[in-house]
Order: sequence, then structure tokens, then C-alpha cells
Amino acid sequence: MPRLSKKKLIDCYRQMVRIRKVEEKLMEVFANGEIPGFLHVCIGQEAAPVAVCSHLTDRDHMANTHRGHGHAIAKGIALDSFMAELFGRSNGPCRGRSGSMHLADAAKGILGANGIVGGGIPIALGAAFASRYLDEESVTVCFFGEGATDEGAFHESMNIAAVMNLPIIFVCENNKWAEFTPQSVHMKIGNVSERAQSYGIEGVTVPNDFLTIYESAGKAVAKARAKGGPTLIEVDCDRWYGHFVGDAQKYRSPEDVERARRADCIARFENDLKKQKKITAAELKEIGRQVQEEVDAAVEFARQSPMPDHEALMDDLWA
Amino acid sequence: MREIRYIEAIKEAIEEEMDRDRRVFLIGEDVGRPGGAFGASRGLYDKFGPSRIVDTPISEAGFMGMAAGAAACGLRPIVEIMFMDFMTVCMDGIVNQIAKMRYMFGSQYAMPIVIRTPCGGGLNAGPQHSQCLEAWFAHVPGLKVVMPSSPYDVKGVLKSAIRDDNPVIVVENKALHALKGEIPEEEYLFPIGRADVKKAGADVTVVVASRMVHEALRAAGILADEGIDIEVIDLISISPWDKEMVFDSITKTHHLVIAHEAVTRFGFGAEIAATVAGELMDELDAPIERVGAPFVPVPFGLEQAYLPGVDHIVKAVKSTLARQF
Repeated sequence: MPRLSKKKLIDCYRQMVRIRKVEEKLMEVFANGEIPGFLHVCIGQEAAPVAVCSHLTDRDHMANTHRGHGHAIAKGIALDSFMAELFGRSNGPCRGRSGSMHLADAAKGILGANGIVGGGIPIALGAAFASRYLDEESVTVCFFGEGATDEGAFHESMNIAAVMNLPIIFVCENNKWAEFTPQSVHMKIGNVSERAQSYGIEGVTVPNDFLTIYESAGKAVAKARAKGGPTLIEVDCDRWYGHFVGDAQKYRSPEDVERARRADCIARFENDLKKQKKITAAELKEIGRQVQEEVDAAVEFARQSPMPDHEALMDDLWA
Repeated sequence: MREIRYIEAIKEAIEEEMDRDRRVFLIGEDVGRPGGAFGASRGLYDKFGPSRIVDTPISEAGFMGMAAGAAACGLRPIVEIMFMDFMTVCMDGIVNQIAKMRYMFGSQYAMPIVIRTPCGGGLNAGPQHSQCLEAWFAHVPGLKVVMPSSPYDVKGVLKSAIRDDNPVIVVENKALHALKGEIPEEEYLFPIGRADVKKAGADVTVVVASRMVHEALRAAGILADEGIDIEVIDLISISPWDKEMVFDSITKTHHLVIAHEAVTRFGFGAEIAATVAGELMDELDAPIERVGAPFVPVPFGLEQAYLPGVDHIVKAVKSTLARQF
């Protein structure tokens, strides 16, 4: 078990709760029409983003996916800024052009969520390449789902990362559902991490448990920083909700959804903290209250933020 | 002045820019020790080493995406795609990522990327090694596309492309690689977006690019014998294209022929023709003629029947002159 200070543990717990509460709020404002477009929530998968990104600094790079709110928050985007972008406001980091699915924040090393499954993986390679080229200590983390590991871009990237020995950590959040298709239908193997071996990369599979992921990610990040090359970490997690907000998951049994909800990574972390007497029930409750206040304030900030001017339509196309 | 080949001009441009700016690097298949499939990086591996002349697996999607990430993190990649046909296997990187990353992220990331790629028939390389796909990329907001026709132009415009903070696709026709031409001893740039009058003339404006420039110049000789004086405008840049120079020429000749090696349908000729028809119709004395390849893949064995060239241009010029309104 990794040794973590009480403060670090509580910070990480708070971050996981923050992601959960942000997404619950997003579902609410999406339902009442305040956010247009597509929204993909990662509720049930909060452990991996926080456990991995808590090893990173703003100088480290991160590429992620359409289901990317958790990664962005874990990598440090300010909630006000995050929410303004999701509301399509001009004071979002992408000036309201990216919304949920393409959110990037350069100041925090967030290279961008991606509307193309697997699209971010080669981009992450380039960031890792740049770190080495510029002789920087930074590393790159690339998040994707198990569905993306069927894309050619994944396989090309794993191979390139291996032969170039790039400072990169591939994190596959295997939530068992590639959009509406279960893993058994699109993949013969049980663990995605088995794919690493064929590229000469170390691959591990870990449960959806904060402390275990934290330990595994810590090793992989340290290895990458020490020029030891890439690692593939597969997190065996669960998606509670549908592929997108509004997807009723008719393709999935209610028992499976119930099982996923019972395997809640936040509840599990909470129990660990309580068992280790790192936190009291009252403190947990207080964190929940504070985070809710923060999230509500961010939504209010976004609501009050200006819509982009129509005259800005052609801005930013060219340097 | 000195005379060098087109492919050597490419190498000189890369070498000079890599000397000037440490952030510039070359990445692609066989670009290292082998010096590139067509020799564009010959000798550069020995000079700059494997960290800046980067050989890759045969993984265009992988290393095209890499260019996007590297550019976002401060580098200036030159990506070599061995044949333009292979651009199809890395379209996500080019179209969904590189072309959009500045815009959709609100200028948080710059995309100073050059993608160099040889196009065109003439080598009997068949349907999957001969295409001219420049119009595909010119259709995507966020990409610039150039198709220089001479050693002088390719060196100048490639250097400009490497210094450009936007993604630029530099399309080289394979038939031009061995072409010799004069270039100055001293350093120079040729700006993206500017065309060049390769031959002045009074009767018909012929807008061309890449290999077709040379076909048009041959056509000019044949037509001159018949008393027809064409003006050959080498676009060099397909997107953005030099509307002013083309319009000025039409205002003088009142006739327009556009010729490219790509299939005629939906080619860049259609864009130019539509723009002229929409904005300069009053200056035209006859219908616009377009020259391009027939709407079939480039065949291995029937290439000479397929490729548009001097005869097609001569015919189109005579046709527009015969069809006065």
C-alpha cells in the first residue's frame, strides 16, 4: 500500500467527490437545456483520473477522451473555467469552441479531449516526444477506453512508444462498454493489458480502487521520468450511466448496472479512509457540502458568463 | 545563381531551416539513413542525428498524430508522407486534429507543421501511388496547401511553410523531383499565397500548378506558332490562392483555362472557375475551360491515356477562343 499523507488522501478523496458532483450537476443542467450538444459522464470511473493525475504537475501533459471531465478536473482545470467552456461561454479556456468533448487547457498541460475514439493517443506520443526532444523531465499520460484499443491508432502508438522509449503512461479505463457494445463482442481477450506484451511494453491490470491505481501509476510515472519507457495500465472499472447522457442503456441488464453501482470507487475509498481512521463521518459530510457549494458556484459563474460574440466566428483559424 | 534539382532544393530548404531553428525536425518512414524514399533527406541523418531526423515504423496515423502533439508542445515538425496516397491512412491526424487544434482550442495551441508529400502519375506506379489529392485538403479549414513547380519555388515556399505557424501541406509532383533549375546563392523565401506569372501573354489566362506548369509552357510554344499568346500563371499556393493575380490576368486576356493533374470533377479548378464566374463574369469573353484527369483511378498500364498534358491544354485554349459569347 502506498504511503500517503492524510492531507494527500483527503485531497484526492475531495477531487473524486468533485468529479462526481460536477457530473451530477451537469446531467441536471443538460436535462434542462442549459448545455447543448453531447455529454458523456464518467460517473463510477472517478478513481483512475485522480489516482493517476495526482502524480503529475502542470508541466506534465495529458491527452484524454470524450468522457473526459474527470481527467480535466483531476489534471487541475479550474472549475469556473471548466464550467464556462461546457456552457460554451467566451471566457472558457477554448473560448467556447470546444465544449465538453474537446476541452483543452494548455496552462494545465491538458492537450485536449477528443471526439475521435483513439484520436488522442498519437497526440500524446508527440507530447512525450517533445519532452525528450527538449530535455524536459515531464511525462505524458494518455487516457482512453477499451473500445479505443481496437483502433489502429492505439496499436501504432503502442509500438512507436516502445521503439522510441517515450516517457508516456497509457491508461485504459476498461468500463466494459464500447459505446453500446460489450467487450466480449469486440475483443477476444479478457484483459486489455495483455496487448502491451506484443509491443514489448509492461502491461498491468488493476481494480477500480484508488489506492491500488495510485501505487501502480506512481511506479509507471517514476519509470517514465527515469527514461524507462512506457507502461500500459488497465483499470477494471464500470460505467454507471449510458454512453452519453440520455442513453437509456436498453442494451444492458439492470442487474449489471446495479452491480456497477455497488462497486462504487468513491464509497470504497471512503470506507478505506474510515477504516484507517484518516477521516470521520462528519468530515466526509463537510467535504461533500463544500464541494457541492463549489460546483454550484461554478455553474452560476458559467451562467453569468458572456456568450461568444458572433463576430468571433472566424477568429483563431490562422496564426 | 547555381543549378540544382527539385529534390535537392527540398533538402536544402529542410537543412537550412534545421540549422536556423533547433525546434525543427523531420519525421517519416525511411527518412534517416536511407535519406527518404526519393532522397529528400539524403545526408541529413549524418548531420543532425536520429533525434532530429526521426525514422518511424510504417505507422502514418501514429506519427501524424505525433506531429500534432509535438507541435502543441513547442516543436516544429516536418512530416514526410512517402506518397500522397498514404495521406488517406492518416486523415484523422490531419483533418480532425491538426487542422482544428488551433481553432477549437481558442489559439491555446499553435500547429506549425509541414506535411511534405509527393503526388502524381508518370511512373506507372498504379492507382495507389499516383493520386493528386490536393483538393481534399484545400477543402478543410485550417490547412494551407502548396504545389510548387520548380526548384526555386519549392525551396522558397518550403522554407516559408516551415516558418509558418499554421499547418501547410507541401505537395511535390514526383515527375518534378529530377527537374533542374536555377536558384540564387543567397537565402530567400517565397511567400505562401502568391502566384507567379511563368509566361506573360495577351490572349488566354492559363492557371496551373505543379507538373502542369511545364505542360502549359510547352503548350505556349505550340500555340505561339499559331499566333495565340497565352499567359501561364503558376498558382504555387492552392489554398489560399492568389485571386488578385489571377483576376488581373483575366482582366487583360478575358479568357480562362484552368489545368491540373487531379481528376477534373471537384478539383481546385472548380473553385477557381466558380469564383471567377461569380465575381468577374463581366470580364470573360468566353466560357471557362477546365483541364484535368478523367474520373477514374490512375491505371498502371493506361497511364498515358489517363494523364492530362500539353495536348489537353492546347485544345482547351483553342476551345475557349472559339466559343466567344
